[in-house]
Amino acid sequence: MHLLAEALVAALILIGAFFLFVGALGLARLPDMMRRLHGPTKATTLGIGALLIASMVYFAAVRGTFSIHELLITLFLFLTAPVSAHMLAKAHILRSGGRRDLPPTGTRTGWATLDDCKSDGT
Amino acid sequence: MRARLLPHPLLTVLVTLVFIFLMNEVTAGVVVLGLILGFAIPLLTAPFWPGRPRLKAPLTVAEFMLVVLWDIIISNIEVAKLILFRRGDRLRTRYVTVPLDLETPEAIALLAGTITMTPGTVSADLSADGKALLVHCLDTGDPAATVAAIKARYERRLKRIFE
Repeated sequence: MHLLAEALVAALILIGAFFLFVGALGLARLPDMMRRLHGPTKATTLGIGALLIASMVYFAAVRGTFSIHELLITLFLFLTAPVSAHMLAKAHILRSGGRRDLPPTGTRTGWATLDDCKSDGT
Repeated sequence: MRARLLPHPLLTVLVTLVFIFLMNEVTAGVVVLGLILGFAIPLLTAPFWPGRPRLKAPLTVAEFMLVVLWDIIISNIEVAKLILFRRGDRLRTRYVTVPLDLETPEAIALLAGTITMTPGTVSADLSADGKALLVHCLDTGDPAATVAAIKARYERRLKRIFE
């Protein structure tokens, strides 16, 4: 039982480390800002997720205590990762002034970052 | 009376649970302290949430979470394959516009977050009138199919939950 749990923990840590590595590699290797954003937002969710599950299994099976901190880490990660990615993308759109390579909105107004209309009350 | 003491029952439950999880133990003292925070924080922060989304279909929430979790696992494997085995400048990267049927701000925020966490897509911007979402795809051969998948898998369920 002990051995089985340790093997499971080791496998989860390896899977987590692999996906974190791929995320970092994507950040370093992909050619432009928007493509680089894909590495850290996704390849890392499964990486961190696997490490956190490994931590829960370890505390439950090896130490015999129950640890629920990890669920909170997952929750905060899922709340903050998309928001920071969204802010980075908006900053990129604004700084590159890239009106030309964006598709049309299909509505009467433009994209919120570039459109300086008064509809948001500012 | 009930509405004044408990303005946001779901937030009360959430704050209490988060506190218990933070303390990492379930003892009477922790639960009581969590409940005190769970009652006090919604009362003190009431001015910050004037509108409150109603969950119309609570069971769909579970279905939505399972679909998203499954897609996150698939997306991680696909993005890992793209990063490891494809040259970055050969990827068919492009922006697509997703027209929105959703109107609740909370639902749109949840959809944008979900898109960022799942298969090769990052939500980049919202149109100024909130009726279209700008999505950046890492590698897509068929933009129309990507948009249709987003609408069918996530937006349809969010619409059932919130509207």
